[in-house]
Amino acid sequence: MSATQNKTGGMHPTTTGPLSFGSVKPNQGLQNAAKKSRADIIAEISASGMKGRGGAGFPTGVKWNLAAAAQDSTKYVICNADEGEPGTFKDRVILSEYSDLVFEGMTIAGLAIGARQGIVYLRGEYSYLRPLLEAVLERRRTQELLGESILGREGFSFDITIRMGSGAYVCGEETALIESLEGQRGEPRNRPPFPVDTGYMGHPTVVNNVETLAWAACILAKGAAWFKGIGTDKSTGLKLFSISGDCERPGVYEFPMGISISELLREVGGEDAKAVQVGGASGHCVPAKSFARTLAYEDIPTGGSIIVLGPGRDMLGIARNFLEFFVEESCGQCTPCRAGTVKLLEGVELLQEGRCSMKYLRELCALGETMQLASKCGLGQSSPNAFLSIVKEFQDEIMGRTDLAAAGKE
Amino acid sequence: MLVTEQDALRQEIKAWGDMYGRDRTALIPILQEIQRKHARISEYAMQIVADMLDIHPVEVYGVVSFYSFLDHKPKGRFVIRLCRTISCDMHDKDRVARQLQNDLGIRFGETTPDGRFTLEWANCIGMCDQGPALLVNDHVFTRVTPDKVHDILEGCRRAMGVHAQEQMQEQLV
Ligand SMILES: Cc1cc2nc3c(=O)[nH]c(=O)nc-3n(C[C@H](O)[C@H](O)[C@H](O)COP(=O)(O)O)c2cc1C
Ligand code: SF4
Ligand code: FES
Repeated sequence: MSATQNKTGGMHPTTTGPLSFGSVKPNQGLQNAAKKSRADIIAEISASGMKGRGGAGFPTGVKWNLAAAAQDSTKYVICNADEGEPGTFKDRVILSEYSDLVFEGMTIAGLAIGARQGIVYLRGEYSYLRPLLEAVLERRRTQELLGESILGREGFSFDITIRMGSGAYVCGEETALIESLEGQRGEPRNRPPFPVDTGYMGHPTVVNNVETLAWAACILAKGAAWFKGIGTDKSTGLKLFSISGDCERPGVYEFPMGISISELLREVGGEDAKAVQVGGASGHCVPAKSFARTLAYEDIPTGGSIIVLGPGRDMLGIARNFLEFFVEESCGQCTPCRAGTVKLLEGVELLQEGRCSMKYLRELCALGETMQLASKCGLGQSSPNAFLSIVKEFQDEIMGRTDLAAAGKE
Repeated sequence: MLVTEQDALRQEIKAWGDMYGRDRTALIPILQEIQRKHARISEYAMQIVADMLDIHPVEVYGVVSFYSFLDHKPKGRFVIRLCRTISCDMHDKDRVARQLQNDLGIRFGETTPDGRFTLEWANCIGMCDQGPALLVNDHVFTRVTPDKVHDILEGCRRAMGVHAQEQMQEQLV
């Protein structure tokens, strides 16, 4: 296959702006952590104010603290590298270029909570990264950065294994991920209990996003004050954004939390956008009139997927593509999600055919709101978001359509 | 399946069992190995795995049917998965899809009669900055244009030729 890769170019490099990950001294964070007590490591992470970079935005210090407090001699640290949210590819870039930092973050988390075993759950679509990651792990073992008595600290043992996903978006949800690791169908569990309490094989488990773990290593290297000094009060630090769609310079960018959408669009060459989809298929569609809004937990929270929608984009087509995604990826365990996504997709088709009454559209919106409340996991709770925001912001565009042929009905 | 093939499969699965362990957590890694090697997970393979891990075959089937990268139907040597999600969709994935169908003579979800190629849709494969993107087994191709489809397929055929020769030599030895 390598000949093919050369001839057709295979994959291309992803454009990245300057990333702080490149300027952190390797293993500085781990060395600093190894000199601290477990409580002090967690205190440092808590003081940074960092919230999880995977999308849900749970404070990382709190999560680590809960797992550290749990009474069990076996605990786990899981790196969530399932990156399946449409429009997200920052974790791929981090794993390709800064995997040491991710492993360092996992090792620090292991020390902090008292886990000896880490697992990277790598999505099947990223199988080609595995040899590289295994090689880095092997090197870290020979450098005594993994294994027994890491950096000479007695009792500090930690190792990392890689497990592959098999093509299921829902397995990015932390309890589905754990089910999958346990050899089951990737169906989300009821929460509580939370993984910090009852996680992998019933043991306390920290599940963190790839980026969260990399920042954790940076925070231990450069100090909580550095991180906290960036961003806003409620959304501290830096964040990676995966930017795609109708813009001149798609790629992975690092911005301080709290950046406005218009600033971001200027950086990537997408100023003429009609709307921006923030947070991927499960996120919200933000129209141009709201581009002054900011990407922050207190305004528009996001795992970093930004899809720029240019002036000519058909919003119904966007809604339809997202709903097709959810119909396919719903695990089917609960009715609001399983049946609801199908109903919403049928609704979009009616709209495309110009055959949807206002009354029915309202019913669909009510259904979407029910799904947000009644679905068992984040997939069904967020799958109506894009539809609802497109209906709200672009009602004029989507009603009374006469473009049956142009609407892509096959 | 020939008895010798069945034996070979059993030996292989035993070896993977030695590698990954014989508890439930080993199930998916073992299934992934079978899928990689045989481009499918046959009922016979599921039965061996179930016996080895001491679980019901229905449990194994339940797992195989859940994950889109595991399949009990035979797939081609090369599984081509074209991303149909938003960013690739916005970058003309439909034209690439059409060309793939034309050049392979099959539709999505089908396998060529010679068993070489399976054509499938993928959801976002994390290459959204360079769509349209597709996977050929574990390999990624990005910024695919309809005229590049032919080159990609030819590359597979060449790789297959080399591979087939190696296999024949193995069998001769
Ligand atoms: C359907 C669904 C898919 C998810 N996919 C991912 C994913 O691919 N990567 C990820 O880090 N988190 C994903 N999450 C969030 C995880 O459940 C979890 O909150 C996260 O891994 C915690 O890490 P963090 O606190 O470091 O962000 C997903 C959640 C849902 C509901
Ligand atoms: S909300 Fe959807 S994905 Fe989540 S458990 Fe229910 S059916 Fe499964
Ligand atoms: S949308 Fe096609 S790779 Fe992400």
